[in-house]
Amino acid sequence: MLEIKNLHVSLEEEDKEILKGVDLHVEAGKVHAIMGPNGSGKSTLSYVLSGKGGYEVTSGGATLKGADLLEMDPEERAAAGLFLAFQYPVEIPGVGNMTFLRTAVNAQRKARGEEEMTAAEFLKVIRAKAKELKIDADMLKRPVNVGFSGGEKKRNEILQMAMLEPSMCILDETDSGLDVDAMKLVAEGVNALRDEGRGFLVITHYQRLLDHIQPDVVHIMAAGRIVKSGGPELALEVEQNGYADILAEVA
Amino acid sequence: MANPAAKTDPLEARLAGLTLPEGAVWARAARAAALTRLRGMGLPGKRDEYWKFTDPASLNQPTAPRAKCFVTDEAPPFSEMDRLRIVFVDGVFDAAASDDLVMEGVEIELLADAMARDIHWARDLYGVLETRGQSPVTRPHAALNTAYAENGVVIRATGRAPRPISLIYLHGSESSDAILHHVVKVEDGASLTILENGPAAARFSKSMEVEIGDEAAFHHIRLQGRDHERRAATHMFARLGARAAYKSFTLTVNGVLTRNEQVVELTGDNALAHIAGAALGDGATGDFHHDDTVFVTHDAVDCESRQVFKKVLRNGAEGVFQGKILVKPEAQKTDGYQLSQALLLDDNASFQAKPELEIYADDVQCSHGSTTGAIDEEALFYLRARGVPEGAATDLLVLAFLAESIDEIEDETLRADILTRLQGWLDRHRG
Repeated sequence: MLEIKNLHVSLEEEDKEILKGVDLHVEAGKVHAIMGPNGSGKSTLSYVLSGKGGYEVTSGGATLKGADLLEMDPEERAAAGLFLAFQYPVEIPGVGNMTFLRTAVNAQRKARGEEEMTAAEFLKVIRAKAKELKIDADMLKRPVNVGFSGGEKKRNEILQMAMLEPSMCILDETDSGLDVDAMKLVAEGVNALRDEGRGFLVITHYQRLLDHIQPDVVHIMAAGRIVKSGGPELALEVEQNGYADILAEVA
Repeated sequence: MANPAAKTDPLEARLAGLTLPEGAVWARAARAAALTRLRGMGLPGKRDEYWKFTDPASLNQPTAPRAKCFVTDEAPPFSEMDRLRIVFVDGVFDAAASDDLVMEGVEIELLADAMARDIHWARDLYGVLETRGQSPVTRPHAALNTAYAENGVVIRATGRAPRPISLIYLHGSESSDAILHHVVKVEDGASLTILENGPAAARFSKSMEVEIGDEAAFHHIRLQGRDHERRAATHMFARLGARAAYKSFTLTVNGVLTRNEQVVELTGDNALAHIAGAALGDGATGDFHHDDTVFVTHDAVDCESRQVFKKVLRNGAEGVFQGKILVKPEAQKTDGYQLSQALLLDDNASFQAKPELEIYADDVQCSHGSTTGAIDEEALFYLRARGVPEGAATDLLVLAFLAESIDEIEDETLRADILTRLQGWLDRHRG
């Protein structure tokens, strides 16, 4: 599904290398988690994969279902099936949440040569999915993320994911700023989307999210590289002993 | 003349080609008075404070600079609406293209007819609000308009007008120099909507004086056409009675020079004035300079005024906003709001704003804000990351930026029509 090979990335503005050779392969149907201390490059990886400006790929590459991701515009990556749930969802005053989502869904469909969703069809689907995520009608009508609480913003991300039905989902610290109940709700939303055709990359600081979204593989990232990979037990090890032991072990 | 020759000469050159129209005694007197006012102030110069950001030279010069006529197959604005159409071609009334000037609850006359007779309400209004609007800031082109306008309509609403009056300004000659003057009286408790659209001429001078009685309502929606080379200097003068409402929205796309002045006086308690505008200019398809100059005077208790002006500019397009709220000593409990914002889509566009508050009452709420900004890159990336292509994502953000001004249009059909025009412009001007 997602194949990252020896990815080196620097900041465009300053000559600073953030990712120093990342190798990662997320298979369809699997959930991979990336954990790591602050500044290890986790969020940079998610931004570079989704096409945010300000980064320069100096070597290596990334493909989604065999297609070169890094050659595509952000909207092409989205249409190709990539989705990033933002750590900090952006507030867009003046753009209604519904209008935004319908524009996005239909833009992706159009880009893939599929038929666009009618207003009625869209309304029916979004109502059902919003209900599952306990998003009320008022939130759908409001401008994108404006005045949403932290939890509402994250649920809105998951709603977008559910509507867009991407094949590769990247969740960037979706658990940050969530209380236990909100985290459960978000995790349920993610779990509902788990299927054989879909890959997940879950970026998190803490093991607790992984209690709710059971990963198949856990990676530890440090200083711009994946330094260790293992099963779910690796997350528990981090939870108990912190990163110091693991980092010392691979140093 | 007491005026320095340097100021009078260009004015006399400007007036040389114009003739004072005939009319009844009162009309001739009103025109003569306007001419005296004009001679007293002279034409505006680049050094005048009020024209600091807009060069009046092409408005002052004796003949209109040529302007190509824009032709399109698209349906004109408001086509779907039930309205009474009054058509002017290059500033001259076109009877054949117009509807009969008959509407229940409304008296409509051509200016020339009204000025040949003694219609008291027209006599009491023609040039009167313009004269009041000459202080504390002079508006020479408005005085010139009052002196020389031959065409226009006088409208008096005595009840609820059943449908809008639609003034249509067609541009047929590349060298036309049009002067229109409308007088509108909305009697106590009456209501009227006036729609204006079209470029009118190569150079267009337009005044509208609107007297709004107690508990009366006046709505005004204007589209200034799509001609790139046209020039316009327009004035709206409005005076409001108690619990009266004045709502005006203007959409401007294209136009080498536009100066829209609005002078609004709230003279009755609990009156309300909302003045809004959206202007979009793309220097790549022709020079664009748009100036909104607004002066709101609060002279009664518990009145509300709102100014919301938004501009979207790119490729060297220029925007200007000069807005003032004057609160007189007796105007307690005034609620005044003023917002002027520009969205610059590239580094070449420019916006200059001069917001002013002058407050002499102590129990008032007045705020003003002026911002200049670019497209929010974070928001743009967020939209693109969800699959919305860059052009469409930019459009969404532009429309979101304009929303606060568009929302000032109460009527849904009109708002939808304006949005369609906006979307069309955006589609044609993808960066």
